[in-house]
Amino acid sequence: MTAQRANPSEDGEGGLRAVPTTSTAKLTIAQAVRDGLAAEMARDERVIVMGEDVGVDGGVFRATDGLIERFGPQRVIDTPLAEDGIVATAIGMAMSGLRPIAEIQFMGFVYPALNQIFAHAARMRVRTRGRFHVPMVIRMPFGGGIHAPESHSESYEALFVHTPGIKVVIPSNPHDTKGLLASAIRDEDPVVFLEPKRIYRAFREAVPTDDYTVPLGRAAVPRAGEDVSLISWGAMVRVCLDAAQELAGDGISAEVVDLRTLNPLDRDALLASVVKTGRAVIVHEAPRTAGFGAEIVALINEHALLHLEAPVQRVTGFDTVFPYARLEKHYLPTRERVVKAVRAILDF
Amino acid sequence: MPRTTVFESVIERLEILAPDGVVDEGLMPGLNDDQVLELYRNMVRMRVFDEKAVKLQRQGRMGTWPPLKGQEAAQAGVALAMSDDDWLVPAFREHGIMILRGVPGHLVLAYWAGDERGSAFPDGVRCFPIAVPVGSQFGHGAGLGMSLGLRGEQAVAVTFGGDGATSEGDFHEALNFAGVFKARTVFVIQNNGWAISVPRSGQTASATLAQKALAYGIPGVQVDGNDVFAVYAATMEALERARSGDGPTLIEAVTYRLGDHTTADDAGRYRTEEEVEAWKERDPILRLGRYLQARGLWDDAREEMLAEEAAKWVSSQIEALEAMTPPDPADIFRYMYAEMPANLEEQMRSLIEEVAS
Repeated sequence: MTAQRANPSEDGEGGLRAVPTTSTAKLTIAQAVRDGLAAEMARDERVIVMGEDVGVDGGVFRATDGLIERFGPQRVIDTPLAEDGIVATAIGMAMSGLRPIAEIQFMGFVYPALNQIFAHAARMRVRTRGRFHVPMVIRMPFGGGIHAPESHSESYEALFVHTPGIKVVIPSNPHDTKGLLASAIRDEDPVVFLEPKRIYRAFREAVPTDDYTVPLGRAAVPRAGEDVSLISWGAMVRVCLDAAQELAGDGISAEVVDLRTLNPLDRDALLASVVKTGRAVIVHEAPRTAGFGAEIVALINEHALLHLEAPVQRVTGFDTVFPYARLEKHYLPTRERVVKAVRAILDF
Repeated sequence: MPRTTVFESVIERLEILAPDGVVDEGLMPGLNDDQVLELYRNMVRMRVFDEKAVKLQRQGRMGTWPPLKGQEAAQAGVALAMSDDDWLVPAFREHGIMILRGVPGHLVLAYWAGDERGSAFPDGVRCFPIAVPVGSQFGHGAGLGMSLGLRGEQAVAVTFGGDGATSEGDFHEALNFAGVFKARTVFVIQNNGWAISVPRSGQTASATLAQKALAYGIPGVQVDGNDVFAVYAATMEALERARSGDGPTLIEAVTYRLGDHTTADDAGRYRTEEEVEAWKERDPILRLGRYLQARGLWDDAREEMLAEEAAKWVSSQIEALEAMTPPDPADIFRYMYAEMPANLEEQMRSLIEEVAS
C-alpha cells in the first residue's frame, strides 16, 4: 500500500520526496532500519551498533542484518545479555566521542536500563551545563499485534516523553524510518527510537538508496481531510488510514496526522489540523491513563478549545497489563473502534 | 564420572607501608622523595579541604557534603599512578582525586552547594561528572574503556565506587562487559566499611570484594587502602595491564570512612567509637608522616608550613565559590538540549518574566 501524502511540512529542508533521487528500493520498515544504520555507519566512523544478537545473527528482526559483515565486530558489537549494561556502556562511549546505537531487543525489556536512561543519559547535558552530552540512539521494537510471548508487546513511549532530555521518535513507514533514523543518529542528544514491530514487514515502500534525513519534531499528514483529525504514531497510523478510507465511503473526510516525533512535538501541525477540522480522535496502543493522548487533549484545550465542535476522543489500549497473544486483538485499537469514535463525535 | 577442579584462584592483598611508618623495601615502588612528599602534601590538602567543607555545611554556606576523611591514600595513590591522558569516572566521594586530576576545588564545592556549574569542568580535564545514583557509573567506565580501545587511544578509564555499590546490578554488568571486551578500565572500590549504616558484612557474604573480579575473568587485588604506596603500586600494575590491551582490573582498597556518610548522617547511630578510634590509629596521613619523619624528610616546621599553605588554598577556593555570580534561572532550560524546543522556550520566557516582576 502506498499512503497518499499531502504533507505541507514535507519541504526541501526534510530532504523528502521533493528531493530527486537517482534510485530507490522497495523496502520494509525493518529493511529501512538496516539501510539507515548502514548509511550512517558508512558516513560517520564514530557510529557503532551494539546490542543483543545484533551482530552475527543480524538482530532478531533482522534489522541489523549484514552490518557485521560490512563493518566488522568492532563496530557491530554483540553484547552480553544485559540491558542496563548496554545502555551504561553506550553512555560512556557517547560521552567520549563515539555515536553508539544501542538496541534493546524488545521494549518490555528496557526497564533495567531506565536508571541509565533517566538518571544519566537524559540529564548529562543540563547537569554539566553543556560540558558533556550523550549523542546516542536507543532503538527498541515496541507495541503488540505479533502474537509474541509475555513482555514483548508493551508501548511505554509516555515514560520517555515524560523524561526531559530524551527525544522520542516513532516512524510509521519505511521512508520515514530511514530518514528519521539518520536524524536521530546525527542528533546531539539521546534519542529513543521506537520501531513499530507489528508493521516491521507489513508493507514495502520506495525508499531512496542515497542518504537523506526526515527532521525530528515535524509531523506528517499522510491524508488530508476536513471533518475530523485522526492523530496517532507508529503502527496506529495505518489503523487511522484504514479508518479514514472507510469513513470516506460515507462521505466523511478524515485527516490523518502522523506525529512521527513525540519529543520534540510538532505542536503547530497538530493544532493546525484540529483548528481546521474542529474534531479530534487520538489513537494510541499504550494504556489510556496518562498516555500521550492525554497530553494532546490538554494541548488542544489550552490552544484550540474554541475551535472544537465536539469533545476530543481517545481510542487507546486499556488500563490493563498487555494481554497474552490469545486476547491481544481485543486490546489493540482497531479500525472499527476509530470509526466508531469518529461517528460519535460527528453526532455530538 | 570424576569430580574435578575446574577453577582455582587466590586473591592477594598488598601492604607496603605499615601503620608505624615502616615500609617493606622489597615491595616499595620506585618513587623519588619529591613524589613521596607531594603525595603527603596532597593528602593533607585533601583533608583540610574536606574538613573545611564540613564546616561550611554546618555554617549553612553549603549543601550536603560527603566527607572523604580517612580515604586520602586511596585517592592520592591512584591519582599519582594515572597519566595525564587517563580518564577519571568518579562516584560522589572522590573530590580528592577529582581535584588532583584538575577539577578546580571551587567547582567541587559549587556542585555540593547545589550549582550545576560545578560539573562544567574546564575543557581538557578528563573527568566525568559526579555520579550520585550509586554504582551506575561503573558502566560508563566500562564503555569509556571500550571506546578508548576502539579508537586506539593509550588512555585508560579509572572508575571509582564504594563497597555498597558492589551490591548494585550495575557493578555486575559493568565488570562483565569490561571483561568480555577487555575494556581499558580500572575499577577501584574504596571499601570504607560502611554504606551509610550497613557494614561491609551486610553487603555481601563474599570474603573480599576483590574476589568478585574472578567471576568476570579479570584480575582482582585487595590493597591496604590506607597505605598510599600499596594503592599506587596496585594501580600502576592495573593501568599497565589495561594499556597493554590485557583488560580491566578490580582493585579493592580497604579503608575507613572516619566521618559520617554525609553531613546529613550521624554515624554514631550505627557504629562504635572504639571502631572509629581503632581506625584512627591506621590513619593514612599519620602513617605516611611517620615514614617521612623516619627518613628525615619531614619535621614540625614543614608541617606547619603545609598547614598554612593548605588553609590558604582552601580559602582561595571558598572565595572563588562565593565570588560566583548567582546561577541564571534560564540555565534550567538552556542546557536541556543542543537546540531548545518550542515548549521549553515558552516555559523559559514565563519564568524569566516571573523572576523579573
